[in-house]
Amino acid sequence: MKFVQNIFDKTRPLVEKDGKRNILYPLHNALETMAFVPDHTTHSGAHVRDAIDLKRTMVTVIFAMVPALLFGMWNIGRLHFAAIGEEAALLDSFLFGVLKMLPLITVTYAAGLGVEIFFSWKRDHPVNEGFLVSGLLIPMIMPVDIPLWMVAVSTIFAVLIGKEVFGGTGMNLLNPALTARAFAFFAYPTWMSGDQVWINTKGGEVVDGYSGATALGDLATTVGQGMGNPATDAVMAQFGSGGHYSFMNAFLGLIPGSIAETSALLILLGGLFLVFKGVGSWKIMLSFFIGGFVMAGIFNAFAVNEFMGLNPLHQLMLGGFIFGMVFMATDPVSAAQTETGKYIYGFFAGFFGIMIRVFNPAYPEGIMLAILFMNVMAPLIDYYVVEANIKRRAKRVAHV
Amino acid sequence: MSTEVKQKESLFSKKNRKLISDPFNDNNPITVQVLGICSALAITVKLEPAIVMSLSVVFVMAAGNVIISLIRNLIPNRIRIIVQLVVVASLVILVDQFLKAYAYDVSKQLSVFVGLIITNCIIMGRFEAFALANGPWKSFMDGIGNSIGYGVILIAVAFFRELLGSGALLGFQVIPDSWYIANGGFYANNGFFLFPPMALIVVGLIIWAQRAKNTKLIEEN
Repeated sequence: MKFVQNIFDKTRPLVEKDGKRNILYPLHNALETMAFVPDHTTHSGAHVRDAIDLKRTMVTVIFAMVPALLFGMWNIGRLHFAAIGEEAALLDSFLFGVLKMLPLITVTYAAGLGVEIFFSWKRDHPVNEGFLVSGLLIPMIMPVDIPLWMVAVSTIFAVLIGKEVFGGTGMNLLNPALTARAFAFFAYPTWMSGDQVWINTKGGEVVDGYSGATALGDLATTVGQGMGNPATDAVMAQFGSGGHYSFMNAFLGLIPGSIAETSALLILLGGLFLVFKGVGSWKIMLSFFIGGFVMAGIFNAFAVNEFMGLNPLHQLMLGGFIFGMVFMATDPVSAAQTETGKYIYGFFAGFFGIMIRVFNPAYPEGIMLAILFMNVMAPLIDYYVVEANIKRRAKRVAHV
Repeated sequence: MSTEVKQKESLFSKKNRKLISDPFNDNNPITVQVLGICSALAITVKLEPAIVMSLSVVFVMAAGNVIISLIRNLIPNRIRIIVQLVVVASLVILVDQFLKAYAYDVSKQLSVFVGLIITNCIIMGRFEAFALANGPWKSFMDGIGNSIGYGVILIAVAFFRELLGSGALLGFQVIPDSWYIANGGFYANNGFFLFPPMALIVVGLIIWAQRAKNTKLIEEN
C-alpha cells in the first residue's frame, strides 16, 4: 500500500491551493480519502467520539445492497437463458448478469461523480461521499436493457436537479436515486415499462409461451374485467402456487423486474443488516410495511377486480415495494427527521404506493412515486410533529 | 426673468431605452418577477404556438399600455381595475378573432390560453405599475419591453422543449431520422419534456443561469 500513498503524497503539492493543477484537488481528495482513512481531527469544542462518519455509513449501506445486487445479476442471466430456451449453469447466468451490470454501474458512477466533482470544484469543497450509494442504487432499479446513455442522462439530471440545486449532499429534498428513475420513467417510457424491457432476449429465438411482462404488468391487465372472469383466470393462475408469480417465487425473487428489486428475501436480509448496524431506520421500514399492508388489505376487502383481490402479503412482495421500503424510503436525508414523523412518513409512503399501483395501472411502479411524494411532504410532517411537541410541553408548564 | 427651459426628452433617450432593455435581464417578468408562469408552462411544448403567443402578448401589452396611459386621467380610481379589464379584454378578443381568421391551427393549439392573456399578471401589473402614471410613449416602450422580455423566455423554453421532446423545431424534424433507435440508431426523444413539470424545471434552469451571470439579482438573506 506504500506505493499508493507515495503517489498521493507526490501529487499533493500540484493540486493544493497554489499548485499548478488545483482544479483537480477535489478528485485527488476524493480518491485519497477513499483509499486511506483521513487523519483529520476536530480541533475545538466538545464533540461526540465515534468511529462512524459519512463514508462509513455509506459503505454500510453498500454492504447491505450486495446480496440483492448479486442475486439481481444472477436473475437477469437466468431469465435470459430461460427465455431463449437454453440450459445454463449457475455461473454462466451469473457471468451474463455481471457483464450486463458492470457497464450500467460504471456509467452511473462516471456520470454522477462527474457532476459532483464539477460542483465541488466550483463551490470549493471536497467531494462528498453521498453519491456512493445513489450510484449503485440507480443501476439496481433499471431494466436490464436500458441504453447506457439514458442511464447517464437520468443520473446527471438526478444529481443536478435532485441534489446540487438544493446545495449538494445532505441538502436534497428528493431521493436522488428515485429521481433518476422517475426521470427515466417519464422521459423514456418505452425503455422503462411494458413487456419488452425486463428480460434480455438477444442472441436467440424466444421459446413458446414466453412472456416478458412483469407480475404487476400482468395484474394491470385484469383491471376492469371484474372478478372470477374466465378472461382473467389464465393470468391469475400464475399467481397461485406453482405459477410463475407464486408467493414463493415472488418472495425469493425468481420473477422479472428491475434488476435487483425482485428478491424480497435478500433485500430484507440487507434491511436487517442496516437495522442491526443502526444505519437504516426500523421505524420507517416497519410503518412502510404496515402502510402497504393496510392499503392492500382494504383493497382485498373490496376486491372488485383481481388486482385488488390479490392476497395483501403477496401484493407486497411484487414490484419495488420491498426494495423501496429498505433502501429508498430510509434515505436519512430525504425522509422525515423526527422520530414520530418517521412513522407517519413511512406509513403513508407504503399506503400511497399500493394505492397508486392498483388505481392507476399506467404507473405500475407506484412505490417510486409515493416515496418521492412523501419526500416532499417530510419537512411538513416534521414541522407539525415539532409544533405538537412544543404545544404539549407548553400545556404541561401551564398546568404546573 | 427666469427662463425655465423645459428640456424635451428625446424619444430614444437613455432613460427610454432602459424601459425596453430592463425587462430583458434585470427585471424580466418571468425569471425575476416570476409572473406569467402559467402560460409559460402550458404553451411551450412547441415553438410555433410560443412565438404566436409572444406576438399576441406584445400587441395586447403595447396597445393596452398606450390606451390606459391616454385615458389615465379620466379613470376614476375606484373602478380602475374594471376599466383595465375592459381594455385588455377587448384587445384580446381582437387578437383571438385575428388568429381564428388567419392562423386557425395555431389558434386551436393555443385554445383557451389566448383568452387567458386577460388574466396574465404581467399585463395587469404593467397597467397598474406603469401606464397609470406615465405618458403614452413611455408606456408604449414599457409595454414592448416587458412583453418581449416575457416572449424571449417563452421562446427559449419552447425551443428546448420542442428540440429535446419532439426532436423538431417549428415542426421541422431537426434530429436525423436515422438516429432513432427504431431506425437502428441510438437516440430517443425525451418524453419528459412534453410534460409541463419539465417547463418549470427549464424555467428554473434559466433563472439559475441568469443569476450566475447577473450577480446583483441575488437576494441577501
